[in-house]
Amino acid sequence: MSLTLAPAPVSGADRIDLVRAKALGIRRCAFTMVHDAQLGHPGGDFSAADVLASLYFGVMRYDPAEPRHPDRDRFIMSKGHCTGAFYSVLALAGYFPEAQLKTYMQPLSKLNGHPNRNYLPGIETNTGPLGHGLPVAVGIAIAGKLSGKDYRTFVLTGDGELQEGSNWEAAMAAGHHRLNRLTVIVDRNRLQQGDRTESTNGLDPLDDKWRAFGFHVEMIDGHDHAALLDVLGADPAGRDKPLCVIANTIKGKGVSFMEDNVSWHHGVPNADQFAQAMKELI
Amino acid sequence: MSAAPKIDAGLYDCRDTFARTMESLAEADERIVVVVNDSVGSSKLGGFKKRWPERTINVGIAEQNMVGVGAGLANGGKIPFVSCASCFLTGRALEQVKADVAYSNTNVKLCGQSPGIAYGELGPTHHSIEDLAWLRPLTNLLTIVPSDPEEMEAALRFAAAYEGPVFVRVSRYPVPAVPHTRVGVEPGKAEVLRAGDDVAILAHGVMLSRALAAADRLAAEGVSARVVNMAWMNPLDVGAVIDAAGTGAVVTVEEASVRGGLGGAVAETLALNRPVPMEMVGFPGFVPTGSVDFLFEHFGLTAAGISAAALKAISRKRQ
Ligand SMILES: Cc1ncc(C[n+]2csc(CCOP(=O)(O)OP(=O)(O)O)c2C)c(N)n1
Ligand SMILES: [Mg+2]
Repeated sequence: MSLTLAPAPVSGADRIDLVRAKALGIRRCAFTMVHDAQLGHPGGDFSAADVLASLYFGVMRYDPAEPRHPDRDRFIMSKGHCTGAFYSVLALAGYFPEAQLKTYMQPLSKLNGHPNRNYLPGIETNTGPLGHGLPVAVGIAIAGKLSGKDYRTFVLTGDGELQEGSNWEAAMAAGHHRLNRLTVIVDRNRLQQGDRTESTNGLDPLDDKWRAFGFHVEMIDGHDHAALLDVLGADPAGRDKPLCVIANTIKGKGVSFMEDNVSWHHGVPNADQFAQAMKELI
Repeated sequence: MSAAPKIDAGLYDCRDTFARTMESLAEADERIVVVVNDSVGSSKLGGFKKRWPERTINVGIAEQNMVGVGAGLANGGKIPFVSCASCFLTGRALEQVKADVAYSNTNVKLCGQSPGIAYGELGPTHHSIEDLAWLRPLTNLLTIVPSDPEEMEAALRFAAAYEGPVFVRVSRYPVPAVPHTRVGVEPGKAEVLRAGDDVAILAHGVMLSRALAAADRLAAEGVSARVVNMAWMNPLDVGAVIDAAGTGAVVTVEEASVRGGLGGAVAETLALNRPVPMEMVGFPGFVPTGSVDFLFEHFGLTAAGISAAALKAISRKRQ
C-alpha cells in the first residue's frame, strides 16, 4: 500500500496558507515548551520551523496512525537539540496529543531534551550528538533502493553541525551511491552554539562542498514556504543524485529580539520576554 | 543547557576553578594552550579566550579532530588542555584518545566537562556515565575525578607539570568544600577522610561530600563508616581498597554507570585480593528524563541512598 500525503493534500495558495499556519503553530508551541521548562534551544527551533512545516504539511507521505509503515517517507532531525520544534511538528501532525507537549523535559517525560525513538512515535533514530543523522539517512536510502521502495528520506542538519567529519563521510557515500531519493536540508542560520560559523570554523563555500561530494544543490530562503514546497516537493525521479537544500535561515526567526542573536541558542525567556514573543508570533 | 542547580552560599561549580586555574597556568607558562569544540562558553573559557585568543584553538563541532589536533600541538611543544563535554570527548573521540593520546603517550591533558548526569534533562546522549569505564583500560592515561575546588586546582596544576597524558573530570554540579586531610594530589594515592571500621565508603567527585553526609547519618545509628576519597581512578590505590576490605563491607559511590567505573575497579581488586560483601551506588544504565537532582534522588545517589547501601553491605557480612 502506498501512503498519501497527510494531512490530505490541498493545492496552490491553500497549501501555502496551511504551511504558514503550521509554522506559526510550531513556533508558539515550541516557545511555550521552552518557557515552561526553562530549558531548550529556541533559536534553532525558530530557524527550522518553516522547513519542518513544509515537510510535514506539504511534502512527506506518512500516517501518524502507522508510524512504522514500511513505505513512509522518513525524516531525521539531525539537529536533535531542537526538540521544541520537532516535538511540536510531530504533535501537530497527529503523532501524539498536543497536550503531551506540556511534559517537555519533566521528570520521567517521554519528551526528553533530545528525541528518543523508543519513547515517541514518529522518531526514526535518537539524535543529540551532532553529525549522526546523515549517516543513518544514507543507510535508510540504501535500504530503500535495495528493496525497490519509493519512499524518500529527509534529514535536517544544523550548519555548525557540518563541522563534524561524519557528515562528509556520509555525503561521500550518498554521492557514490547516487541516492537520488535522499535529501539533506541544511539549516543555514550562520550561528552555532558560541559564535558565528564563519568565525569558528568556516563552511563557505558550502554549496561547492556539497557539489563536490556528488549532490545536486539548491540554495533557497528557508523561510519562504513557496520555495520550500517547490524544491522539497520536486519529484526525485528527475535527478540521478542526492539533493542538498541549503536553507538560508535566521536563528530566532519570528521574534525581533531573538533574531540572529547567538545568546538565544540555548537562552530561555523570562515572563516579559515570553509575553512579548507571543505578541509577535501571530 | 540543562537547568543549572542554583549555587547556594558555600557551594562551588568546579568549572569556575577550572577557568581560574587555566588562566593562572597560562600566565606562568606560554606553552599552555586550550583546545575546544564550540565549547568556550560551556568550559567557562571566555576570559581565557579574551586574554589569549591565539592560544584558544576552537576547531568547531569536531571532537575527533579536536583530540588529534591536541596530540599534534603536544608534538609541536605545546601543553594542550583539550576541554569538551565529557560525553563527546570520551565517546565521540574515544579512538583518538586511545591511539593519539594514550597509546602514543603524548603530553595531552583531557578535561571532561560536565560529566556524569550534569546535563540532566538533555538525556543519555549528553550524559557521561560511561567515561570512567571507557578510559580505565588506558593504563598510562592518568585519570582523576576531583571532588571540590581545592582538588580541582591541584589536579590541573599536577597535569600541567606532569609529562604525559592526563584526564581530569571537571564536574559542574555545585559541591561544598571537602575537609581534605592532605595537600595536593599525588597520583594513585587515596585519602582517608573519616576513620571507621564497620563499613568503608569509597567515593569521588560530586559524590564525595554525599558519602561524608551518609557517614554522619550512619554514625547517628551507631554505625562507624570509613570514608575514602578515591579521586584517582588511574592509577588506583589498590592498597587503600584492600585496607577498606578490613572493615568487612565496602560501598562504592560514583556519578557514573555501576558497570566498569569505580565500582568495577574496586570489585576487581577485592575479588583478586580480599573478597568482602560490596554494594555499588551509581546508575544502572541509560536513565529516564529528569533534572540532575531528580535523577540523583531517583537512583539513590544521596546521603540516604548511600547509607542504605552501607547497611545492606554490612547485613551481608558473614556471621
Ligand atoms: C557531537 C556534539 N558536539 C557538541 C554538541 C553541543 N552542541 C549542541 S547544539 C550545538 C551548536 C549547533 O549549531 P548548529 O548545528 O548550527 O545548530 P543550530 O544553529 O541550528 O541550533 C553544539 C555545539 C553536540 N550536541 N554534539
Ligand atoms: Mg546554526
